[in-house]
Amino acid sequence: MLRRQFIHSVGVGSALGATGLLSGCATPSGKGPKVVVVGGGYGGATAAKYIRMWSDYGIQVTLVEPSASFISCPISNLVLGGTKAMSDITTPYDNLSKRHGVTLVRDMVTSIDADKRMVKLAAGGELPYDRLILSPGVDFMWEALPGMDAAGAKDKVLHAWKAGAQTVALRKQLEAMPDGGVYALSIPLAPYRCPPGPYERACQIANYFSKAKPKSKVLILDANDDVTSKGPLFKKAWADRYAGIVEYRSKHTVSEVDASTNTLKFEFNDNVRANVLNVIPPMRAGEIAVKTGLATANKRWCEVDFLTFESKAAKNIHVLGDSIQIAPAMPKSGHMANQHGKTCAAAVVALLTGAELNSMPVYNNTCYSFVSDEDAVHVASVHRYDAEKKTMVTVAGSGGVSGAASELEGRYALAWAQNIWADTLA
Amino acid sequence: MKIPVQIALVAAMAAASAGAMAAGSLQMNSLASSCANCHGTNGVAQPGMESLAGKPKDDLLKKMMDFKSGKKPATIMHQLSKGYTDEQLEQLAAHFAAMPK
Repeated sequence: MLRRQFIHSVGVGSALGATGLLSGCATPSGKGPKVVVVGGGYGGATAAKYIRMWSDYGIQVTLVEPSASFISCPISNLVLGGTKAMSDITTPYDNLSKRHGVTLVRDMVTSIDADKRMVKLAAGGELPYDRLILSPGVDFMWEALPGMDAAGAKDKVLHAWKAGAQTVALRKQLEAMPDGGVYALSIPLAPYRCPPGPYERACQIANYFSKAKPKSKVLILDANDDVTSKGPLFKKAWADRYAGIVEYRSKHTVSEVDASTNTLKFEFNDNVRANVLNVIPPMRAGEIAVKTGLATANKRWCEVDFLTFESKAAKNIHVLGDSIQIAPAMPKSGHMANQHGKTCAAAVVALLTGAELNSMPVYNNTCYSFVSDEDAVHVASVHRYDAEKKTMVTVAGSGGVSGAASELEGRYALAWAQNIWADTLA
Repeated sequence: MKIPVQIALVAAMAAASAGAMAAGSLQMNSLASSCANCHGTNGVAQPGMESLAGKPKDDLLKKMMDFKSGKKPATIMHQLSKGYTDEQLEQLAAHFAAMPK
């Protein structure tokens, strides 16, 4: 029924329709299936654009996102290091509407009625959907950090783990810190957004200190047993480039934060007091996914069918990006969220048009980290669907890390950023 | 951003010889979009990365097979190309060769 209406609305014959690539006089007519995407990050924005493209502009897509512009977490550590500006990591959303006909709604979704297929907006009003795509990123588990609920604590002890106002504020704290001061970075137990991100941040801030205030220290306090990503490459950078500046301590799980004295308390270690505290809290799926009951894995992450990204807890609702319970060896990264977005887009177009579903998704992850203002390292992996295990697995023999940091990979890292921003938003 | 029907048909014929996956199909588009993060939507890259769209199929395939075998040195493509079967690499080469530059 739905499919017949859709093909009628875009005015094409069944021969082309059967391939799923619907060509012809597609114009937004107010008919056609409706998809609502919640969250305009790497996952959601990509899904919105590609559903429009791959339905030949026949499926109506509404993107609900509170921000006027996309601010990238990748490359934001270079803003903290002072070699990039916020304008370098900011992209407006307008090409999604101008070039692709995505309807942009600058708002938040406050609740979802899965039976009626309707979302409610914070500003009032409702949006109906045939398929809903949630890409709400992560939210922080503040309850795991006693002391952070004190008045003013969250304004003083920053995370800067969602690029934006906190990135700017943390940079100001670093600039204001006296030479000889200590910047302490607390890393939560994995899984968290962007496994190598904290270690890249340590490099960028150490690079800044080495030039602007060389008596200062970067103290890394990691809840994990060891560096969780690109370990040998980061340790080499700290030893070769930032000796005397970076100190790494593993197995440091924060048990309490005293923002008034800038002190971190730990389960098993001595207290640490620092001039600038940067605490990355433990995290879970974005709030809208949790309160809709989709975070079925440890009440933190959303389990999905990896062929469609449809939630295992609710029909017609798909979940992408950092909010999902990851497959083995699948990182929570912007690159991976973009790939989720495209895989989900193809599945949603197939489900809404009756085209054949892709039974063998294959995609990759590429993640660059800057160890100085110019030199970068990478980790890469290729993931394919395993029909027996019903999950994504890495392809044996593929993937790997850089042999050594290089300026060439630094240039590729910046080109990667320009390309993924365009692929996601332009 | 739309793909003209003529080009879609050329792509369909090019892919017919490459394997079961039809050009223009959601499956083929989905597979090829895994390259787009670095090489641009539909293979048209931003400055600093190589565009794949409209390059001769044989050149694209040879390059990817040489990355895969280790014959051609790379920073990252030798690791990524090993994640795709020879058949998938051939389908990708045909797909991007048929894309407008």
